[in-house]
Amino acid sequence: MSLWSDPRWRDALAHLPDYLGNHVRVSLAALVLGLLLSLPMALLAQHRPILRNILLNVASVVQTVPGLALLALFYPLLLALSALSERWFGLGFSAFGFLPSVLALALYSMLPVLRNTITGLQGVSAALREAAQGVGMTPRQSLTMVELPLALPVIMAGIRTAAVWVIGTATLSTPIGQTSLGNYIFAGLQTQNWIFVLFGCVAAAILALVVDQVLAQIEHGLRHRNRKRVAAGAIGTLLLIAATLAPAVSPARRAYVIGAKTFTEQYVLVALMAQRLQAAQLPVTQRSGLGSNVIFEALASNDIDVYVDYSGTLWANQFRRSDVVPRSQILDGLRTELAKRKVTLLGQLGFENAYALVMSRRRAAELGVHSIADLAALAPRLTIAGDYEFFSRPEWAAILHAYGLAFAGQRQMQSNFMYPAVAAADVDVIVGYTSDGLIAKYDLVVLEDPKHAIPPYDAVVLLAPKREKDTALREALAPLIGRIDIAAMREANLRASGNGESVDAAASWLWTTINAGAPAAR
Amino acid sequence: MNVATPLIAFEQVGKHFGGHRGDRPVLAVADVSLNIASGEFLAIVGASGSGKTTLLRLANRLLVPDHGTIRIEGVDISTADPVALRRRIGTVFQNGGLFPHMTVAGNIGITPRLLGWNQHDIAVRVEELMTLVQLDPGAHRDRFPHELSGGQRQRVGVARALAARPHIVLMDEPFGALDPLTRDALGKDYHSLHRDLGLTTVMITHDMAEAIMLADRIAVMSEGRLIAQGSATDLARSGSGEVQALLQTPRRQAAQLQQLLPQDDNS
Repeated sequence: MSLWSDPRWRDALAHLPDYLGNHVRVSLAALVLGLLLSLPMALLAQHRPILRNILLNVASVVQTVPGLALLALFYPLLLALSALSERWFGLGFSAFGFLPSVLALALYSMLPVLRNTITGLQGVSAALREAAQGVGMTPRQSLTMVELPLALPVIMAGIRTAAVWVIGTATLSTPIGQTSLGNYIFAGLQTQNWIFVLFGCVAAAILALVVDQVLAQIEHGLRHRNRKRVAAGAIGTLLLIAATLAPAVSPARRAYVIGAKTFTEQYVLVALMAQRLQAAQLPVTQRSGLGSNVIFEALASNDIDVYVDYSGTLWANQFRRSDVVPRSQILDGLRTELAKRKVTLLGQLGFENAYALVMSRRRAAELGVHSIADLAALAPRLTIAGDYEFFSRPEWAAILHAYGLAFAGQRQMQSNFMYPAVAAADVDVIVGYTSDGLIAKYDLVVLEDPKHAIPPYDAVVLLAPKREKDTALREALAPLIGRIDIAAMREANLRASGNGESVDAAASWLWTTINAGAPAAR
Repeated sequence: MNVATPLIAFEQVGKHFGGHRGDRPVLAVADVSLNIASGEFLAIVGASGSGKTTLLRLANRLLVPDHGTIRIEGVDISTADPVALRRRIGTVFQNGGLFPHMTVAGNIGITPRLLGWNQHDIAVRVEELMTLVQLDPGAHRDRFPHELSGGQRQRVGVARALAARPHIVLMDEPFGALDPLTRDALGKDYHSLHRDLGLTTVMITHDMAEAIMLADRIAVMSEGRLIAQGSATDLARSGSGEVQALLQTPRRQAAQLQQLLPQDDNS
């Protein structure tokens, strides 16, 4: 009873038309493109064994590339292509969201269609091919009037498989900026909103099942020469497409797009900014769950309008700086670097979300550890865990170098799971985030960094080039600048992660709190 | 056209298969010369692998000979457009060769459709042919091949071959897979069509009895060679042991049947 009265169900349902519509659009476009590519290829390869082997092998290899990686690879590729086309033809295109997703998913859909088309055509008996020739058909007539119609059930089965794969994999297009049912899953995982995760998975599964069943009607109809079933399946497909595309046709207003990376604090901040823009009567859409390398490029190329990043991250990742410099110099340096990309640094929010080495209070007391320097002697007996990217970031190299650390083992895990892991002594040390509410929840301690090996990570609001002079946007966001202190941010993050409170509620709480209290101390 | 010119003429035709990448080439047809007159019903008999099907395929250019010439109405077919050639020759395939995704009407009307006849003419022709091969158009027109009996399928096969009003019909063991009663009836029915429509028919069969009963003339093939040709009477006089053995089988069967079956007046 209490499970169903959870307000997050209604929240999830409210997003469904948008997420589902986008999901179907991107899957459909990918499937159509995949078919347009693989059907002619299969026909071409039919009587050419070498080409056939090459095609099938390439398609198989593509299939073994993890979906997320394939999608992520298309983003930089298209970005480079867009830059080239801009230079040569003066015509750029958006490498963000829809296009890379469609291309990657289309590639993904090709194997079953290629394989089944080739198999289906090869399955047409030699006697029937000869009969087709014998009654006076040209090779082309034999193909279109006899071979393809006879292979159609098998081809249709391939299309069915491809459709199910594409619908499933499309959930992974969220990090490259394509809204999909994956938005539920990515947001849910980060904010420990299991209702969202469940909702996203079930919605994607139901969509895949329905599409599969509708296409199955066509396939069975073709197989058993039952025109009614073929017609029923075709009508079902059209209805499904119409139903999910309909909402997209109505409101075509140009809204402000706010981006967010894939962790709780970002979801809270994007909700907070969206609330401010709505309060100022500005239309707004959220693009959450973006990969951390995708999001900056998306802003610089005007695909999103605003998002929050962290000074140290920009410094090290975007501008490839490995030197550690004082806070004031980083901010000045950033402004210069950002200006080169025409990105505006609107201001600091007032808190810092730095990387920090974190231990459980009990374990730290046992070992007598207060600062990272104390770990030097102990590290060879300890294991450390971090998120998926930290150990390949320059900060990690800087820490190892500054303190001469060598841990017995290092593990990568989903950032939310690090805190309970260190609390349960599964690992000894984790690389946490200073603004994370889970530090307080699990009674963990942040180790000091006396050598300042870890750069500052002040949260900064960035505006896209085209929003540089947008005073409405600047004014809507101004009340947030310099107002959010670390304690308030931690509390909001904690509220948004797994306490049954929605991200929107946590953002509202944060807004109320920073208005009630004094401006954050700087 | 000169009356003496045969309708179909094979002139020292040879064909072998394989032979690339070190495979030993397999001889299919060797040095066959054979004339078929207009209006004639020729049966080609021989054991499996004797080259009789190859000979038939050469006639409508489903295969191209290695050497020799094939003429139809005096014209060398290697100079003709193979697709146009096949559209004016009717072919009945083993087991029907019907297209499983097309209805009976669709199958029968296929060659006229390829020739660009209009819908109405095709429909009229299909109706006419179904009556000709004794299939009820109302009951069978819209059925699919898998809904028909073997005999009905082969009647559709014959109708399809005749659809574009060909003068020549090639038949590849057309009745081989049918039960004896159906086979007998279909053979007789086709024979009257052959006579009434003035067709020239080349039929492949491995059944000497069928050949004797239907054909004007029989050509006997063995290991790719034409070893004898002529009427049943001519063949009976042949000195070839192989031909005698072939003729022996129906005789022996007839004699055995005579002994085994109760006489009509005994019952």
